[in-house]
Amino acid sequence: MSAYVGPGITPTIGLSEEQAQLIDIAAAFCRDKSPMDKVRSLLEDETGFDPAVWSEMVELGWTGIAIPEDFGGIGLGLGEVVPLVEYMGRAMMSSPFIDTTLAAQAVLRGGTDEQKQTLLPQLAGGSPASLALCEAHADWNLENLSCTAQADGDRLVLSGTKHLVTHAVAAELIIVSLAFEGAPALVAVPKSAIEASRLTREKIIDDTQRAYALNLDGLQVPKSALMDVALARETLAHIELTASLLLAADMCGGAFSCIDYTLDYLKTRKQFGKLIGSYQSLKHTAVDAHQAYERARSHLYSAAFLVDQQGEGEMAVRMAKAEAGEAYSFAADRAIQFHGGFGFTYDCDAQLYRRRAIMGCALHGDARYHRRKLADLMF
Amino acid sequence: MLDAKDLEAFTQDAKNWFKENTPRDTDFMLPLTFMEVGTDEQFHFLRDWQNKVYEAGYLGAHWPKEFGGGGLDKTFQDAATRAMAVERTPIMLNAIGLNWTGPLLLDRGSEAEKHKYIRGILSAEEIWCQGFSEPDHGSDLGNAQTRAVRDGDDYVITGSKIWTTQGNYADHMILLARTNPEAESKYKGLSFFLAPMKGEGIQTVPIRKLTGEYGFTQTFFDDARISADCRMGEEGEGWLIAMQTLEYERGARSGQAGGHVMMLSDPNDIIGLAKAAQLNGKPAIEDEAIREELVHLMTEARALGLASRRDKLQPLTQDRPMSLALGGKLSSTDFYQRLNAFAITLQGTRAAYYVGDESAHDNGIWQRGYLNSFSATIGGGTSQIQRNIIGEHVLGLPKS
Repeated sequence: MSAYVGPGITPTIGLSEEQAQLIDIAAAFCRDKSPMDKVRSLLEDETGFDPAVWSEMVELGWTGIAIPEDFGGIGLGLGEVVPLVEYMGRAMMSSPFIDTTLAAQAVLRGGTDEQKQTLLPQLAGGSPASLALCEAHADWNLENLSCTAQADGDRLVLSGTKHLVTHAVAAELIIVSLAFEGAPALVAVPKSAIEASRLTREKIIDDTQRAYALNLDGLQVPKSALMDVALARETLAHIELTASLLLAADMCGGAFSCIDYTLDYLKTRKQFGKLIGSYQSLKHTAVDAHQAYERARSHLYSAAFLVDQQGEGEMAVRMAKAEAGEAYSFAADRAIQFHGGFGFTYDCDAQLYRRRAIMGCALHGDARYHRRKLADLMF
Repeated sequence: MLDAKDLEAFTQDAKNWFKENTPRDTDFMLPLTFMEVGTDEQFHFLRDWQNKVYEAGYLGAHWPKEFGGGGLDKTFQDAATRAMAVERTPIMLNAIGLNWTGPLLLDRGSEAEKHKYIRGILSAEEIWCQGFSEPDHGSDLGNAQTRAVRDGDDYVITGSKIWTTQGNYADHMILLARTNPEAESKYKGLSFFLAPMKGEGIQTVPIRKLTGEYGFTQTFFDDARISADCRMGEEGEGWLIAMQTLEYERGARSGQAGGHVMMLSDPNDIIGLAKAAQLNGKPAIEDEAIREELVHLMTEARALGLASRRDKLQPLTQDRPMSLALGGKLSSTDFYQRLNAFAITLQGTRAAYYVGDESAHDNGIWQRGYLNSFSATIGGGTSQIQRNIIGEHVLGLPKS
């Protein structure tokens, strides 16, 4: 059979020794620290995650993996973060890990020298952070900004409201996107500057996670909080790609577990005297879900391998996000259906997967969004 | 002992050889797959081409020297196979021999069988076909009813096989036939034969495909006598050997002689089509819905290439080790079918034309490709059977 070589891109995939090791470590850790009864017990918890588990992740060095050694990190790449997030996704684990990793990437790409010197070691050391990027218009375009910053002497006065600031209550640092002097800008705001009343918990579809609205009106920060304005667009683009890669990892992991969970039911539940997994309408659909998952995972590890490469990295990441979102959505949708009456209950885990898949697509673009971006890159 | 330097030189030689020797611009249409050899002209051309490639040392380079192979490491053949793919050379004709019978013989054949058959498979002097499917038993292979009755030193074969690729040209057939109708299970009544095709009582009738072309036959056995030496394995082991053969076909086992036996249309060609086609006064490629579908297809195409590479990265296959190998046939054949079908929809009124009409886009390659694509989603186990296999052997679901 002849192999196929894609449009100007070689189908590249590889795995570093570190990635291979991290797969095993993350698999064991997430299985151990986030069994389903733990996930269930955290659904009602105010912060939604276990700070003790977070501390262990920090001690393992995970928050510093993609931060250079000069700034207190381990000096590996985003490719090494992917297996960690994938296995957190498999366990539907909740923590500020993705947010903190993204904040570090934002500072690394677009922070001032001083911000890099002070913030990166803190982030590497496990000080949780978040990003305030979304607005009421709900556009995925991160440059579509109605929140603003006005200069007032050596201070900035902010206005507007940010939405879907994930794990904001736990965060010690929030990176806010807004318009400054008519162009996109990013501001690194320490939590100490934000009164608790500015954060309002939002009712989100995914009960395993937490998100807040952040009221910026009248909030004052020193001008030194402004990140490098000349790099703002580039940094927003880097945030979108990094977030897409990590969300693809989470969703790919979720798709795997969701399929596994459904298979358990298909292998044990009997109707009309037969195991329901022997019926081809269910079996074949389960295979289709599995095939879509495998496709998504091939794209995920290709994206993890290529993410740092100009052009190719963007294409690979967008394909990975589109495929992972669709694979997770389909697997979880069928998971509810295949569990029948039980699938319609809150007790069935299928709904947790389905809701987390919707959340993962809602953040940083669904399949259609990424395919449109890809079309512009490819044709 | 050969080393990396020898491989490098071999690779370069192969590249040069295929660049110089690949035939261009034949005045008749070359078959894109081994299932489309419909005329004598095509057959003889492809037999000569395979023979030439073999004589040059670029086919079966990793098969044992004593039987006619090159005796080199597999990496050498892989390099030659890649060189063929790059030049998009004509296909290797003797597909059943090169990809299924040959590896099967090397894995479990007797010394005598290897000496007798391997060289002819590689040189294309002896063409092989496969006699598994029957008119009434397509997907239900285990129910095959063609009889093989022992009579002294012979077996007497009676019955009919269908979808015999190159049946009218073949010298030998790998044949699955029932030696014991009373066996405790339908599977245990089957035996496996390396049967001669040229003999009394064997008749092949070409089947006209849905495209209007030829490439397969129905094969009739009417008290055909074959020597008992033709039996491979013991009586009753036929199903086991047939299943092993299908594993080569489905890519779950390796050992194939190399080269390509199918030329898949390049998914990139559809981009050219979308640029050329008009929709509402503009190139179709400017239409948002079409762009999205094109990206979708390109993403899938890329996943096929990624999967074969990922399959070699053990940490990324450990959850379900057989998944990518067993899933490949389903995902690739289904993909190419949808790719061709979508390409037809891009052509506006030109979608109505077919091969041979000057108004047809690219001489109707997409129309023909679409119709032919069903040979891959039906043959070698239909997509529905593939889903059973994946469901049961990869996902562990109960049998249907």
